[in-house]
Amino acid sequence: MKSHDSHPHYWKVFATFAKNSLIRDMTFRTNFILQCVSSVGWTLMNVGFYLILFQYTDTIGADTGWDRDKFFLFLATTWFINSIVQAFFMPNAEEFSELIRTGGLDFALLKPIDTQFLISFRKVDWSSLSNFAAGLVIAAISLWNLSARETNPMVPSIYEVALYIVFVFLGIVIMYSLMICLSATSVWLGRNQTLYNFWFYITNFSRYPMEMYNRGWGKPLYGFFTFVVPVLLVVNVPARILAKPIDPRTPSEWLLVGWAFVAACTSLLISRWVFYRALASYRSASS
Amino acid sequence: MLTAPTWMNWKLSSWIMIFRTALEERLVYRGDFALGTLMRFLPIVTQIFLWFAIFDAIESKGENPKGLIGGFQFEEIVAYYLLTMLGRAFSSMPGLASGIAKQIREGEIKKYLIQPIDLIGFLLLNRIAHKFAYYVIATGPFALVFFLCRNFFINGMPDLLVISAFAISLLMGFLIGFFLEAAIGMIGFWFLEVSSLLFVYMLFSFFLSGHMFPLTLLPDQIEAVVNFLPFKYLAYFPAAIFLEKIPPEDLPLELAVEAAWLVFFIVVCRLAYGRGVKRYSGFGG
Repeated sequence: MKSHDSHPHYWKVFATFAKNSLIRDMTFRTNFILQCVSSVGWTLMNVGFYLILFQYTDTIGADTGWDRDKFFLFLATTWFINSIVQAFFMPNAEEFSELIRTGGLDFALLKPIDTQFLISFRKVDWSSLSNFAAGLVIAAISLWNLSARETNPMVPSIYEVALYIVFVFLGIVIMYSLMICLSATSVWLGRNQTLYNFWFYITNFSRYPMEMYNRGWGKPLYGFFTFVVPVLLVVNVPARILAKPIDPRTPSEWLLVGWAFVAACTSLLISRWVFYRALASYRSASS
Repeated sequence: MLTAPTWMNWKLSSWIMIFRTALEERLVYRGDFALGTLMRFLPIVTQIFLWFAIFDAIESKGENPKGLIGGFQFEEIVAYYLLTMLGRAFSSMPGLASGIAKQIREGEIKKYLIQPIDLIGFLLLNRIAHKFAYYVIATGPFALVFFLCRNFFINGMPDLLVISAFAISLLMGFLIGFFLEAAIGMIGFWFLEVSSLLFVYMLFSFFLSGHMFPLTLLPDQIEAVVNFLPFKYLAYFPAAIFLEKIPPEDLPLELAVEAAWLVFFIVVCRLAYGRGVKRYSGFGG
């Protein structure tokens, strides 16, 4: 719902949202710090688990190329994407369902700004970004190890890094679209506590190299989460670009990269369509 | 003045009433419950593929032809994860500690101080009723998943002795989980906000209880320390008994140690409650 004469400055509006959230976080500073500490604790626990796994095995899957350092690059990518989704979109998607349920969405509809923008960016959970920092540390250590090792030392080229950043962004787009679609369903369902758990369990699939699902009864899952709900592409595509588990790259890898681009654009369009369908069937909850 | 038998009767009937109310309260949401239980098994799908990939890599290198990690084969690891789900179904206490802390903070705890009902006993009975309702509904999903995954239990059913030790460890796991978390909730008498502390506890218990992976995978020195801690009774221990990873001759001693931990937490919980109530002051009505 844009006004015709004066365009709102989206960037400025977003900066204000971010600033307000930061002020709020800083008001409860101890709580903020404890949240950061516990996120980092969770990261350490995961790192510990994978370090233990790599005590027993050299790679995840035979001939997949996901050795310890490359897998930790994969993990860092998961951490980047999840922390951004949790910082920027999770609190808003949660609130969206609540706005629908309580009728508070009326206020958002009246504002002279794109409603999806307003709903998606209103709150920022700054403490989740501590996991982004943790991801940076993991990525730095694994890149260092990869460049310093004796057999096949590896330093990614500037193009690979640039492409990596683009596809991390597209991965976030896919996650964001999925989340908007899930939370928009609360217009029809009233409430969707179970759907949030569902979100958690779907994204659980994205946390590992996708080829490990591609066998036996995993094939339908692999197909579904690559082509229908493309969560497997989210982390896998950027992580493969940077970590290059199979060297030289295969043509099918490039096909996957192309598909990830198409999938991200399509997801965003679908999420916008679902969002506006949801708004159209929204009936306020005024008394 | 009440005579002893009528006092017992009164006590019993009030406990039965508490139990029935809690049970009915739980059964209201049974649909959501059953679906939620089934969904909770979804992460195991990922675990199956992850561990298959790991064992695949190990076996293809041929260094570890038996394919054992920390004394577990691939199938046993999957069975282990399924069994820890069962263990957690007994030992996890969602909302217990935070509920106690909230009652202290908001002054609701007053009602236990002026009524002839013991807070810990009330909460325990409530929990038993909730768990009971949970099992009534969760048996279906659990049975379905265990049936679908029956091939991962390569040693079949263990003998009756192991089964009974398993059952005892599950029950004690429930009680340890209860008194441990209740004791943490009592910290609310001293600090008003315990939610972040609880989160740290949850993180630790997830890792140290063996919910994340079998504890035998830990490096030896760390494993020795973790074995001394009580967290393993929440998930690792029952699963290890069922998979016969604990030698039968050690079972009595191990269970006795678990019982000692249980007594320890009961005492801690009681002491904390007693001390806390002395500190507590309630105002208004």
